[in-house]
Amino acid sequence: MNKWTRRGFIAAGVAAGGVFTVGVAMREGHRAPKLASMMADEGETLVNVWVKLANDNTVTAIVPHSEMGQGVFTSMAQMLADEMDADWELVRFEQAPAHEAYANYPLGREYLMGDATVPGFVQDTLNGGFLRIAQSMSLQITGGSTAVRFTGEGGMRVAGAAAKEMIVRAASKEWRVPRNEIQTERSYVFHKASDQSAPYSDFAEAASKLSPPTQPKLKSADDYTLMGTSVPRFDIPSKVDGTAQFALDIDLPNMSYAAIMGPPVFGSKVERLDDEIARGMPGVKQVITEENFVAVVADSYWSAEQAVRNMDVTWSATGREDLDQEAIYSGFLTDMENAVRDGKEQTDIKLGNARRAAGSANQLIEAQYSVPYLAHAAMEPLNAVAHVSGDEVDIWIGHQNPLAVRDEIAGEFGYKKSDITVHNCLMGGGFGRKSESDYPLMVVSIARRIDGPVKMIWSREEDTRQDFYRPATTAKVVGGLSEDGQPVSWDYQFVHKHDPAEASHIPYAIPNQFIHYAETENPIRFGPWRSVDHTQHGFFIESFIDELAHAANKDPLSFRRNLVADNPRYVAVLDAVAEASGWGRTMPNGRGLGVALVDSFGTIVAEVVEVDVTSQAPRITNVWAAADPGFVVNPDGFTAQIESGIIYGLSAALFGDITVENGRIMQSNFHDYPVVRMEDAPRIHVTLINSGARVGGGGEPGTPPIAPAVANAIFAASGRRMRSLPLASESFSGV
Amino acid sequence: MPTLTINGETRTVDVDPNMPLLWVIREKIKLTGTKFGCGIAQCGACTVHMDGTPIRSCSMPVAAVEGADIRTIEGVANEDGTLHAVQQAWIDHQVPQCGYCQSGQIMSAVALLNDNPTPTDEDIDDAMSGNICRCGAYGRIRDAIKTAATQMPAPAATEDTENE
Repeated sequence: MNKWTRRGFIAAGVAAGGVFTVGVAMREGHRAPKLASMMADEGETLVNVWVKLANDNTVTAIVPHSEMGQGVFTSMAQMLADEMDADWELVRFEQAPAHEAYANYPLGREYLMGDATVPGFVQDTLNGGFLRIAQSMSLQITGGSTAVRFTGEGGMRVAGAAAKEMIVRAASKEWRVPRNEIQTERSYVFHKASDQSAPYSDFAEAASKLSPPTQPKLKSADDYTLMGTSVPRFDIPSKVDGTAQFALDIDLPNMSYAAIMGPPVFGSKVERLDDEIARGMPGVKQVITEENFVAVVADSYWSAEQAVRNMDVTWSATGREDLDQEAIYSGFLTDMENAVRDGKEQTDIKLGNARRAAGSANQLIEAQYSVPYLAHAAMEPLNAVAHVSGDEVDIWIGHQNPLAVRDEIAGEFGYKKSDITVHNCLMGGGFGRKSESDYPLMVVSIARRIDGPVKMIWSREEDTRQDFYRPATTAKVVGGLSEDGQPVSWDYQFVHKHDPAEASHIPYAIPNQFIHYAETENPIRFGPWRSVDHTQHGFFIESFIDELAHAANKDPLSFRRNLVADNPRYVAVLDAVAEASGWGRTMPNGRGLGVALVDSFGTIVAEVVEVDVTSQAPRITNVWAAADPGFVVNPDGFTAQIESGIIYGLSAALFGDITVENGRIMQSNFHDYPVVRMEDAPRIHVTLINSGARVGGGGEPGTPPIAPAVANAIFAASGRRMRSLPLASESFSGV
Repeated sequence: MPTLTINGETRTVDVDPNMPLLWVIREKIKLTGTKFGCGIAQCGACTVHMDGTPIRSCSMPVAAVEGADIRTIEGVANEDGTLHAVQQAWIDHQVPQCGYCQSGQIMSAVALLNDNPTPTDEDIDDAMSGNICRCGAYGRIRDAIKTAATQMPAPAATEDTENE
């Protein structure tokens, strides 16, 4: 028997071998029938089986997310096991297969139910072009830092609590004792008065026959035993001995290898191909020409790669062959000017009257910023294995949205969804790139022409040049200060509004705000990049608030603190990072501290950077971060995510620069698209704050504050204001 | 046909002598712990040992390692099957995130400690800056190397010759 609850549909049952299962589910044909019809084939139900209790008392959490480094299997299992009072030693995990049954229920639920509390960005993510959900309607997504805050809070905890409740009820029945006298601990049920105890598994079968609770009681934070502790990650042992398996490591009998080459200018098509040399090279089995790429299939990847480099392809003209970086930036600026001139500003936020307030301000500060295109450059280049056999497709791939992979393949080639099996693998980094469907479609189109399985591997050069880039953008800001140095107006214009919608908003209480954007074309294809729009807005907003603080002759940290005084969470992270970094101390010549504060994906992060500009290039010596995600499920894991976000953002701030010349991406590999290495890496000191607010994400929020904190530190150290990225090309000799 | 000694086992492989060692290890010997990252010796994901020295296997023709003792991540554990001190320190410090670069990081760290049992920060910078980690685990890698340094059996100074 199943019932709807506020949290959804809880189902219980017994699987093969007497395994007790509890799932939290989404019912098909719910009030958004349009969505439901796209999510499930006829007769399919949307059931997320999230916990299994086996006869040996092991508990298995089934996790509908992909692992790309964030430790999601562990944190999800921790949340489930805590509510269930499961013995952590007996807890296992499985990654949910790409099937509607495992569709990302919390995302789906919040969407279906039109839940008013769902943050705007999730709607945007679902609606937006970024993840192409409108097309595929597949909701098994890893992105937007959603795992803990949605799947964990709304699914894992509920499933664990429901399972425990049913086991207790089964024990109470069998032992004939009142339920409230029964205690649970480490996967055992106890009744003190009658001196009885038994493992959960003794009641698995009886529990599976009970009706699931409609509203299982969740623990309060005081009762957590696993949540909030740094249990080691499940996946780490396999990542120190070479046994962790990525898609690149899949080995199948009779497998061929494919190397590919895409167009040098986006949108260009294969016009003519001279493959005579390639066909004659040793090991080459087949040359494949598609509209937008060519591939060589060979008996080893190296042979295929050698051959593909020996193909002479004539690519069609696109009309963008004269496009270069400067033209792209000047196009943005022209569109921004025209928008203002023609009154065509797209309003994002309008509060008071910023332009009138500016007119009567004591001091006006104006600045223009820009950031370049960025590649994702995950360590694992794009790759996948596919085997097409008659009407059936198997694909082995590391992907952030495996259900979309299946749906896109079905849509593109006309296979039945039920005939497509997606074997989702660990990802060697994703950062947003592995949410795109280009590479799965490509491997299938190759495999359709080949007998047996084929492994496609992109070279680093293709991975760099055929990316969906973080878009280059610009912003112009005008800020007005009153006589006593208080900001009275904030006029902020930018280009390219995507997700999350609130990324361009400011946390500061400035009475007159006009935040607006200009419609403009972005001629280079783009996609989500770790923290999405927050990467550019974090840099623009936090650099400019720093400029205002200096113009007002105030300490940049206390200037911010005064402007967020009404929000104790912001104040707390600023105070924590100030204390940890020793903010306010006297710095030697050529060294400086800079601060930035960004609220993204439900987590507030303030960072302080210590920079040294006494040698040619700026050197980042220390970073202090204070983060408030409401509640931290796994402190060490969360700390690692903040560290990771900082280094990822620092690579962009210091080095990241994808440029366009003659319509082509000029960078190709780590020698011309450098990233932070050990010698560049600062010491990072993270402080975590459990404020008790709604739980926020961990994967992305560390990234946005780092670039502005570095730029602000450079200003403090050198008096030079950095308004465009990257920074390492600046020369600081002679400071 | 090149003859190779990998993790103590000698094998003859039927490949083009110009094929990079990386692809021989991965596709012919079927040891997939060693990863492909850049193909031009820029990222270190493919690091293995050649007679104890860390090399980038993506840029080393297989013919050039004939007769050498090649060691990969699969052959780095102690002879009794327990984890190498570096591997254990990687677990203790919860170093890996996506984990893709970590085989290469560990191979570079093992080579560093074999060569220099008490590395300074600068030594670590020098030895490890050829290995990129896009998850940014550098701080943890540094700490783990220092922990491993305290756990490694002392080399020549003792009778212990197990450590190669």
